[in-house]
Amino acid sequence: MGQRVLLIEDEPNIIEAVSYILSKDGWTVHTHSDGETAMEKVMQGVPDLIILDVMLPGRSGYDILRDLKAQETTADVPVMMLTARGQAKDREMAIDLGATRFMTKPFSNAEVLESVRALATR
Amino acid sequence: MISFNLLVLVSLAYVAFLFLVAFAAERRAALGKTGWLRSSTIYTLSLSIYCTAWTFYGAVGYAARSGLEYLTIYLGPTLVMIGWWWLVRKLVRIGRTQRLTSIADLISSRYGKSTVLGVMVTVLAIVGTTPYIALQLQSVTQSIGVFAASSGEAWMPRDFNSAAMWVAVGLAVFTVAFGTRNLDAHERHHGIVLAIAVEAMVKLFALLAVGIFVVWGIAGGVGPTLDLIDASAQSQLRPIAGRWIGLIFVSAGAFLCLPRMFQVLVVENSDERALGTAGWAFPAYLLLMSLFVVPIAVVGLDLMPEGANPDLFVVTLPLSEGRQGLAILSFLGGFSSATSMVIVATLALATMVSNHIIVPSWLNARTPGAVVSGDVRRVVVISRRISIGMILAFGYIYFRLSGGGTALAVIGLVSFMGVVQVLPAMIGGVFWRGANRWGAGAGLMVGFTVWAWTSFLPSFGIDAAISHSVFENGPFGIGWLRPQALFGITGLDPFVHALFWSMFLNTTSFMLVSILTFPNPLERLQGAQFVNVFDYSSGARTWSQSAAQAEDLLVMAQRILGGTAAQETFRAEAKSQGKVGFLPDVTPDFIGRLERELAGSVGAATAHAMIGQLTEGTIVSVEDLIAVADETAQIMEYSSELEAKSAEQERTARALLEANEMLTTLSIQKDAFLSQISHELRTPMTSIRSFSDILRDGEVEDDVRKRFAGIIHEESNRLTRLLDDLLDLGVLESGQVQLNLGQGSLADVLDRAVIASGADTGKLKIMRKPANEAVVVNTDLDRLAQVFINLISNAAKYCTSATPQLRIIVREIGGNTVVDFCDNGEGIPNESQSMIFEKFSRLEDEGKAGGAGLGLAICRQIMGALGGDVTYLPGQGGAAFRVTLPQTQALAAQ
Amino acid sequence: MSKPKRTEFLERSSYRQRRFRDGARLLPVVALVLMVLPLMWPRSAPEQSLTSSGIIYIFCLWMLLILCAYVLSRVLRLSDPVRDEEARTPRGGE
Repeated sequence: MGQRVLLIEDEPNIIEAVSYILSKDGWTVHTHSDGETAMEKVMQGVPDLIILDVMLPGRSGYDILRDLKAQETTADVPVMMLTARGQAKDREMAIDLGATRFMTKPFSNAEVLESVRALATR
Repeated sequence: MISFNLLVLVSLAYVAFLFLVAFAAERRAALGKTGWLRSSTIYTLSLSIYCTAWTFYGAVGYAARSGLEYLTIYLGPTLVMIGWWWLVRKLVRIGRTQRLTSIADLISSRYGKSTVLGVMVTVLAIVGTTPYIALQLQSVTQSIGVFAASSGEAWMPRDFNSAAMWVAVGLAVFTVAFGTRNLDAHERHHGIVLAIAVEAMVKLFALLAVGIFVVWGIAGGVGPTLDLIDASAQSQLRPIAGRWIGLIFVSAGAFLCLPRMFQVLVVENSDERALGTAGWAFPAYLLLMSLFVVPIAVVGLDLMPEGANPDLFVVTLPLSEGRQGLAILSFLGGFSSATSMVIVATLALATMVSNHIIVPSWLNARTPGAVVSGDVRRVVVISRRISIGMILAFGYIYFRLSGGGTALAVIGLVSFMGVVQVLPAMIGGVFWRGANRWGAGAGLMVGFTVWAWTSFLPSFGIDAAISHSVFENGPFGIGWLRPQALFGITGLDPFVHALFWSMFLNTTSFMLVSILTFPNPLERLQGAQFVNVFDYSSGARTWSQSAAQAEDLLVMAQRILGGTAAQETFRAEAKSQGKVGFLPDVTPDFIGRLERELAGSVGAATAHAMIGQLTEGTIVSVEDLIAVADETAQIMEYSSELEAKSAEQERTARALLEANEMLTTLSIQKDAFLSQISHELRTPMTSIRSFSDILRDGEVEDDVRKRFAGIIHEESNRLTRLLDDLLDLGVLESGQVQLNLGQGSLADVLDRAVIASGADTGKLKIMRKPANEAVVVNTDLDRLAQVFINLISNAAKYCTSATPQLRIIVREIGGNTVVDFCDNGEGIPNESQSMIFEKFSRLEDEGKAGGAGLGLAICRQIMGALGGDVTYLPGQGGAAFRVTLPQTQALAAQ
Repeated sequence: MSKPKRTEFLERSSYRQRRFRDGARLLPVVALVLMVLPLMWPRSAPEQSLTSSGIIYIFCLWMLLILCAYVLSRVLRLSDPVRDEEARTPRGGE
């Protein structure tokens, strides 16, 4: 194992919870909480999977997703979007932009683990 | 014999009474009850400062020496006032549209807001007025001396000097106390005006009483008095044609040009209609003042011992007849005449000195950006106070130096002729568009020099300022420069000689230089404004497009007009543009209006210079000039009705546009509202669910479990708070809020709020003035505290300063108590100011704050429900909110 | 009796107003002339005094002028446009 997951999320409690459960499951978790500098963080070391929140300070998750898909090095990295808004159009938008999975807060830990495992084995 | 102490006592009581009158008037004016303070009767009476001690005492002396000639001094002003439709009306209109503060301001403003001309007129006025102030001090001390002598005390010169000094000090205190209270000349000096109106009645009453006593008490009726007059030696004195006409001219001109007359006639005028009344009532006042002058003079010469000073007959005649009460009344009349003149003259001169000399030099001495940072208001007030002291000191020193020897009438005439040198520039300025500043400057210089040479310096006496040989042979032996025979014309009366040459050379150089030189655009604009004042009474724009920011202008205006007045001006302007809040669009019209408003405090030239610094000097362009002051007067045909209509339409359109923008924003927000609520609720729920999953599923170490449970606890609290806020807002918005009215002290509510917000223990330093907080409020105290808590914790959260401070200021504005919360952070950017009271409208840098952005929306709803308001207050150097408490009267009545 | 025709009445009144203003302008000119008139009185022998008649003349003239100014101030319709303007942009209040 030891696959690397990058979690981009601004709410400290959620970061702690998700990092905790993924680390327990054997993933190497990196976190980042600012939208504006998120792309730089990704470029420092392309992870195997990105979990990306939509509402971020500085820059929206959708914009970051668009950039990720536009870059050759990151276009193939699976992205799982998290959002607290949970309206149908948000999901459509995420999928259109190339997100691999879309998850609405609040989620159960089992859901998260299941999704991450599924994405990583693809 | 009358006790000298009694006289002193009576005078002190009278002075105390005047202080009281002035104080009461200021109080009434402060409460907004200016009704009768602005009446035409008070206005007419205030004009009576024209009648100084020179009139009260000196007219009798004048009549004793020169017969009927004294009448000319009153006939001149009578002509001006019954002819008010010609000139005075125009001056008053110009004075009010341009917010003039003094005669120097009139000249400076008319000729392109020139600083140099302002200084010239100011200097001329000081030189012309100082002897006159000395004259008033002299007359008061002389009349006191009369009483001292009659009670058996021989007065030494030292006694005169100390009496004069005490009078001067007392007058300085009075003038400072009531003359430098408000800065805006537009607000006017109600206290002083009412005090001099009272003094006007006292002096008229006193002179009439003495006159009636003399005619019916001593002479035995009208017939015998007339016989006595015809039998007296002075009936041989016939008016000399040149002097008669010249004196009428000089007194008429001085009536308009004397700084103190300009002050009461133009600056203090609050209603043009008062001129109609003053047009007949003031001549009537003058008539009554001069009615008994000849009888008193004739009877005095008849009864009093040889060599008695006729200047003091008004007091000495009743004294010698044993009428002590009458003598004291007469003394008070003379005292009133002297003091009222000195007070207003000092005030007018101090305004000129501070506006045209001190403040411009102060501004020049500072770097260009200083307009917004310096405390102009304080500088102006202090400089005015210093000027008042200085001018009275000058008067006193002149009194000491001159030794009080000269006959009153001579000083008076010299002084009159000096100030009349301004007349050509003034009349030319309001009737002739071709007049320009070079011409005005040349005329003033020439007139001033000729006057000084032929009248002022010789008035000190032969060999005093000018030596005997110069009088005889001219300076350096140049015969045609002899002070009393210029150009070799001898045999003229010295007064007529000086008047003729000074006015002739003054007017000629003024016109000639004006014809030969060119005015700058601003002068032409102002010229059109002054000459055609009745065509555009709202004042033209002197600014084109400008780079000035509304907020910068507000900051500057606050420094000059004071916070409340400036905010009020800006709010009214914004409202007339159809905007809410304190920041109007910076249109050329608005800048022009603001400049005039500032000119009311610091004079036109200074105001122009200050605005110029902020607008980066974009003054009138040629196109603007053509548009506004086109000499073909196309603009005059421009129907003002049409203008009003289009302005109205523009206002409506602007209001609609703004409403539409608001609606669009709101509808976008409404969409955003749901997803916002969703976001705000789901975020804490995510943490709760995730951590509870962890706790349920796995084996977790003890301390970690404790920590996770803590997070769950904290997040559920956050959820509860959010729901509370939402419900609160819902209730408030639906208008079904239950108010729990109670009574309490504002200080208590603030104390409670500071503690509840936790700000007293944090980094934020809170500054309060407990003295102002002793206000009883009658409202829902818990709700009010909730608003305060919100504002204080906002400051604690968002104030970016390294040493955050929050000033909480309670004050009274227009009958409402307001509480201002001003911090020293970065403030809120202009474009966000209108949105911050909307739901979920957190500023850019969210996340840090931990609130949902509902606080200010709730505050506004609460204040609305309480009948008050909360607004953003721009221009305070940080974020500032103003909470307006509900009107207390209304609640007290419940 | 028959009511005055309104339009005609108005025209007359504004015409009157303009003439009254002319009167207001004329008054000081006439006054000045009358004030210097005593200078032109015949210079008679020095023992024949004119002072008392001079006083009576000047004061009568003065009272006449005051009366004229009073009448003019009553018939001239005055307005105070500056104040009107201030009233249009109310300060304070909602």
